[in-house]
Amino acid sequence: MSFDPVMAETRFGCGLSPKVPRPQAVDAMIARLKEPDAAALEFPVAQFDTFRDTFETYTALNRERRRLDDAGGESAGVREEAKQLMQSMRRRNLEWAWQAMMRCTWTRDGFRERLAFFWFDHFAAYGKGRLYKLLGSTYVEEAIRPNLARKFEDLLIAAATHPFMLLFLDQRSSVGPNSAVAQKKGGTTGLNENLAREVLELHTLGVGGPYSQDDVRQLAELFTGLSWNYRKGFRYLESRSEPGAETVLGKRYGGADGSLEDIHAVLRDLARHPVTARHLSTKLARHFVADTPPEPLVAAMTSVYLDTNGDLAAVYGAMLSHDDAWRSDLGNVKRPVDFVASGFRALAIAPELGDSWRPRDFRRYLLAPLTLMGQPWERPPGPQGWPEEDSQWLSPQGLAARLQWALSAPAVLSDPLPDPRAFVTDALGGEVPSSVTFAARAAENRVEGIALVLMSPAFQRH
Amino acid sequence: MDNGLSRRRFLTRGMALGCSLAASPLVTPVSLAATAGENRLVVIVLRGGLDGLDLLRPWGDAGFAALRPNLAADRPDDLMLNDMHGLHPALAPLVPMWRAGELGFVQAVSTPYRDKRSHFDGQDILEAGTPGLGQGGARDGWLNRLLQGMDGVDARTAYAIGIDPMLLSRGAAPVSSWTPEVDMVLSAPGLALMQGMYEGDPDMAAALREAVVLAESDGDAAIFEAADGDMMQALADDTQPAGARAGKRHVQVAEFAARQLAADARIACFSIGGWDSHRKQRNTLNGPMRSLADTLTALRDGLGAVSWGRTTVVAVTEFGRTVRENGTQGTDHGTGGMMLLAGGALRGGAVHGKWPGLDEADLYQRRDLMPMDDVRRWAGWAIRSSFGIDKGYLERVVFPGMTLGGDPGLLL
Repeated sequence: MSFDPVMAETRFGCGLSPKVPRPQAVDAMIARLKEPDAAALEFPVAQFDTFRDTFETYTALNRERRRLDDAGGESAGVREEAKQLMQSMRRRNLEWAWQAMMRCTWTRDGFRERLAFFWFDHFAAYGKGRLYKLLGSTYVEEAIRPNLARKFEDLLIAAATHPFMLLFLDQRSSVGPNSAVAQKKGGTTGLNENLAREVLELHTLGVGGPYSQDDVRQLAELFTGLSWNYRKGFRYLESRSEPGAETVLGKRYGGADGSLEDIHAVLRDLARHPVTARHLSTKLARHFVADTPPEPLVAAMTSVYLDTNGDLAAVYGAMLSHDDAWRSDLGNVKRPVDFVASGFRALAIAPELGDSWRPRDFRRYLLAPLTLMGQPWERPPGPQGWPEEDSQWLSPQGLAARLQWALSAPAVLSDPLPDPRAFVTDALGGEVPSSVTFAARAAENRVEGIALVLMSPAFQRH
Repeated sequence: MDNGLSRRRFLTRGMALGCSLAASPLVTPVSLAATAGENRLVVIVLRGGLDGLDLLRPWGDAGFAALRPNLAADRPDDLMLNDMHGLHPALAPLVPMWRAGELGFVQAVSTPYRDKRSHFDGQDILEAGTPGLGQGGARDGWLNRLLQGMDGVDARTAYAIGIDPMLLSRGAAPVSSWTPEVDMVLSAPGLALMQGMYEGDPDMAAALREAVVLAESDGDAAIFEAADGDMMQALADDTQPAGARAGKRHVQVAEFAARQLAADARIACFSIGGWDSHRKQRNTLNGPMRSLADTLTALRDGLGAVSWGRTTVVAVTEFGRTVRENGTQGTDHGTGGMMLLAGGALRGGAVHGKWPGLDEADLYQRRDLMPMDDVRRWAGWAIRSSFGIDKGYLERVVFPGMTLGGDPGLLL
């Protein structure tokens, strides 16, 4: 097997669309990744950094409310202001989820959308505070999307040192034991190894990689100083940095004073490490091709990774030009987000619909169903991201939740519903199993007919 | 035609169509009775930081009423369990359970988590069962590690129920998950067409078979005779926003758990949220307290006398709350908390654990109830008494770093 326009959409993109033309060659798929991010321009999502003022306002309102409460004053006005700010942020958060669906629905570059989900998952993070937890999309927009076709080291530096990640993995509270801040504050501060551990275990070498607890500790010391606050944004704080050089995987970084450049240097070295090359190639092949990817495919990708110092576009090219990537006996079950997004695409849902939706509509037809299917939007189970194994996604509850959505949502999203007989071709292309054609024809009504096509194995699998 | 009748009649037909339980790959022919035994364990995670001092009010401590001018304003006699303790008013339905010896408490316990008082980290540590986070990266929960140490466990032995993701049950051992909020609704002909499509896909066919069985056992109909008005109405009801159905959700969860435990399941876990009572706690905790009372009652009633007699319920929270009321008639994140125990297997009617006192000098950091014991030790004994798990396995694998200590004799 080799390149096939239908599989280019179903396995490597967001599924088939009745309206958007399919890619015609591997070269064209890779070339498109290097062009401007057309889907992001058409369906914009804000960047994380633009919300620093919002944090400031929200914090000030809460402080004022506490002050008034403690002094026995009237805080209703301040409360109302804070409530309205949160309401408008929640609305924006819902709109960004909608934009993500619209990008998948209308893009000519479905591979980019899949890669954005893949790398968000690789650098999984979520906000813990009331405001932070609404901002997952803005982290993807700022750290992931601009870097997903560059070198892995660029993506690694952008994601692992992004404020959203620093907050998620408690890096902000990590202080070098011999730093100026620790000298002043004494026992109340300390080193936090969280980010250092995840960078080694998840982001670069992988679990079982050639690193020791000592490397984790040294990397954590090297990372001290990475910081962020809403007033000043991202900063490297010398005062929190552990003095002296650190040794990670046998190489020394930094001198007497710490610096951001040392942190970038160690991340670049980790990104170029052969074990990282193998880890990432395997993970990409597992995500796009099969839970147990063919060894020749992984080997070809790893080799290109090493030859190019981790040029991601070249690694994707190595995957897509390999015959094993197109084997029809391989494939994965779609995750809930991919399933719903490809449903949107097959139904060619109009962008304007979102404008008329109230918050509860987004929750009812998009977010709540994803939660029931087992993949709450932008809320991965931890820094390890979502599981890859098909068995995790074929649970009885997951399947029942997919069916519930397939029956209830399309009629709301698409009025009128397409004829199920035509929808078979829209959603699945030319070669359709006869049992699916039969089901679409024999269904008692349109609603069940559309649902059956969406629930067919051919649609549920990449 | 009567809707209930037609649904039930169809269920029989649905079975004939090929979703019979015996055909399920998840059900092994091995009888559970020979392996996991007949005892049942239910673990409830009370998310948000339960104020143990409000649930079980230590009236006998001279300092209590003064610390909580609003929350401890009145002391109804009929809620007093003994000279020292009284229940929260919304838990009045549980007084008979206490009198029957089927309700108990452990006071002043906590996980090893200290000082940061974050819900996320606190819940992760509670569910991971580890001394801290990030040391060796615990990615599974203690309930799953318990299952890994039991013989004859299959996918029907343990259920994680409800919509909240549960670290508690995540891990290598098989655990079924289901939430009654998923309502599979399909016509009988639609199901037959779907089964036809899945003939060449054994994994999807197996998931569908299980889904039909589970959906038919969670309290409302799944399969309708035809894709007509009744089915479309059921579909519309099921996609109501959460708020419209929230009133009965926790009861559905408890009833589903009871149904599974009365059959083959031996372990179930789920969450009850809403305990983060920073403001106007007299109002905000009534809902969660009622949910808790309803849940325990529904478990007891749903399990029936025999199975309830073999059941232990353990309810735990990530941390307790400040002993003093704050400026907004609520309480803030604290340390020492409370564990609730229930079940017919319990030697109930007792409040276990040492009482640290409420004088300022007795408090943790002069603000929180002093934790006197590791909550994992008590959970450990509930497990050991229920399933006979090896002491070393509990201390090393299920709860690393925990010392089981002497047997408190929790169960009958």
